[in-house]
Amino acid sequence: MTDLLDILANPAFWVAVLRIATPLILGTLGVLLCERAGVLNLGIEGIMVAGAFTGWLAVYAGAPLWVGVGAAALTGMVFGLLHAFLTVGLALSQHVSGLGITLLATALSYFGYRVSFPKVNAPPTIAPFAPMEWLPVPILNAQTSLTLFALLLVPAIAWVLYRTPLGLALRMVGENPQAAESQGVSVAATRTGAIVAGSALMGVAGSFLTLSAFNAFFFNMVNGRGWICVALVVFASWRPGKALLGALLFAFFDALQLRLQQSGDAVLPYQIYLMLPYLLSILALVLVARKASYPQALMKPYRKGER
Amino acid sequence: MRLERRHETSRAALVLAPIGAVAFTMVVSALLVLWAGAPVGRTYALLLQGGFGSVFAWSETLTRAVPLILTGLAATVAFKARLFNIGAEGQLFAGALAAVAVGGLHGGAGFELAPWLLFPLMMLAAAVAGALLLLGPALMKNKLGVDEVVTTLLINFIVLLGVSALLDGPMKDPAAMGWPQSVSLQPDLELGKLIAQTRVHTGLVWAVSLAVMMWAIFKYTVLGFDIRATGANARAAAFAGVPATRTVVLVALLSGALAGLAGAIEVAGRTSYVTLDMSPGYGYTGIVIAMLAGLHPLGVIAAGVFVAGVLVGADTMSRAVGVPTYIADVIVAASLIAVLVATLLTQYRVRLR
Repeated sequence: MTDLLDILANPAFWVAVLRIATPLILGTLGVLLCERAGVLNLGIEGIMVAGAFTGWLAVYAGAPLWVGVGAAALTGMVFGLLHAFLTVGLALSQHVSGLGITLLATALSYFGYRVSFPKVNAPPTIAPFAPMEWLPVPILNAQTSLTLFALLLVPAIAWVLYRTPLGLALRMVGENPQAAESQGVSVAATRTGAIVAGSALMGVAGSFLTLSAFNAFFFNMVNGRGWICVALVVFASWRPGKALLGALLFAFFDALQLRLQQSGDAVLPYQIYLMLPYLLSILALVLVARKASYPQALMKPYRKGER
Repeated sequence: MRLERRHETSRAALVLAPIGAVAFTMVVSALLVLWAGAPVGRTYALLLQGGFGSVFAWSETLTRAVPLILTGLAATVAFKARLFNIGAEGQLFAGALAAVAVGGLHGGAGFELAPWLLFPLMMLAAAVAGALLLLGPALMKNKLGVDEVVTTLLINFIVLLGVSALLDGPMKDPAAMGWPQSVSLQPDLELGKLIAQTRVHTGLVWAVSLAVMMWAIFKYTVLGFDIRATGANARAAAFAGVPATRTVVLVALLSGALAGLAGAIEVAGRTSYVTLDMSPGYGYTGIVIAMLAGLHPLGVIAAGVFVAGVLVGADTMSRAVGVPTYIADVIVAASLIAVLVATLLTQYRVRLR
């Protein structure tokens, strides 16, 4: 018990919480944008891998860090455009299209990594983002500017969603596309825009791993974080503020299991602790299932003039 | 852009669509071969030769096809009823563990039974383990409306960590020199070889028989009708008196059991013990195979053999010209997307306006 208090009293623990939360915040906001417009995007897991790879590759090739982030966003947008073409343009199954994109993006990234570095065993490293030591805020000053960007993005997206005509159109398209169309809103254009923007965020979420949390690209480094973001959006009932809360709560338990695992007197095999994030995600899904208010048109393809 | 439904779709188009889509994918993937700095023609020739060019190539391809056909069937059964089971990977490992637990020599449950009795028991245990793993997500979907894609995906991670814990602990083979590897199956429970001096085992007969059985179930039984009706339109099916919950439960049991059997047959036919790398994502590749086959159980056999050939051929090709083996995964994933589009074009006409 005192162990637990020791852990919680240590600022390093809260630094870890915020660091673990950052890619989840970015990814969850990305999924949220897509789903608010009525489109499930299971491409996230692969888009994060691709973002992590291209962001890192750009920096390795000599680009500044923020250009690396931009490259990751651009990668996300390309895959987002593909997902939009398949699900909005051709009205294919959103489940299958997303999974296909995850498989494709992952395979392409691993292929690209092996072509670029055929013989290396230890992945080459880059100089990642430095912590914002100039910031007079404890905990936050141990983070990089990507974390600050993620945190500022939460109110920004909330503002766009609830206070701008664009946000209204986006939500309407996810709730009742027929009504939106009759108001002169283009369902196809709005959904495509939301998917591309959301996928860009997923790419950035991946780049956080290689450009901030670590300094190299590893196989399996995304390791289910994308799927956890999909679960977190349900937990957050599609609200940006709650998405931040969910990501932080989740990161809290993830950081806690890491510490407990390291504290030496762990009584259980370490794999049991590693299971916790996934178990927690399922639990969150079950707990909010009854009152989950899905966007009404989520996963329903829209074809003009058909109902 | 506007889609118009075609009045009729010819059978030929349905068969040609996936073939054309795969051919298209191979052409586009040639760009990646060029990027890797290898000659395209020779690379593809080596790929095909490595997968289908000799008796040895065929034997390796068919060995690899066995688990792929079974996970492909698992995905087919579930997807037909719109139960998106993405958990075949975890179900495969659960089945493999259950098989070793029942049929393992020293550290297993140690059943002192005749092999002819123990073998079906082992397969049953594997099927039940896989089936039970999918039952939870299926019921959560049906009763609570929790999306099964996310739950089955997350369960894969949990199962793999669980397998890792068991292979480090209770199920670890003490004779494995510290490797996380389970105890071995009793030798008399292992499947026989189909061709001497190769690795092809009688699991292939199992996989093909199960595919035919699934085809018969879809075509000739009430359950098959219920599954197809639920998949086509769940609300209309319920209205017409199809028992929704019962159908979903049966589909989950059937799909999970097939994936569980994939694990048991891999152990009995190929590895004889469980390791964490016994499946390089067979569960996920099964989804692609089901889609390539247009959710047709007999098509799954062909798609399974094709994908297995590409994966096996990529190894040979990579050794010869140095193009990373990941190109096989790119081809498989891109084929999935291309086939989706091609199949759509058999049903709809695209009008640009």
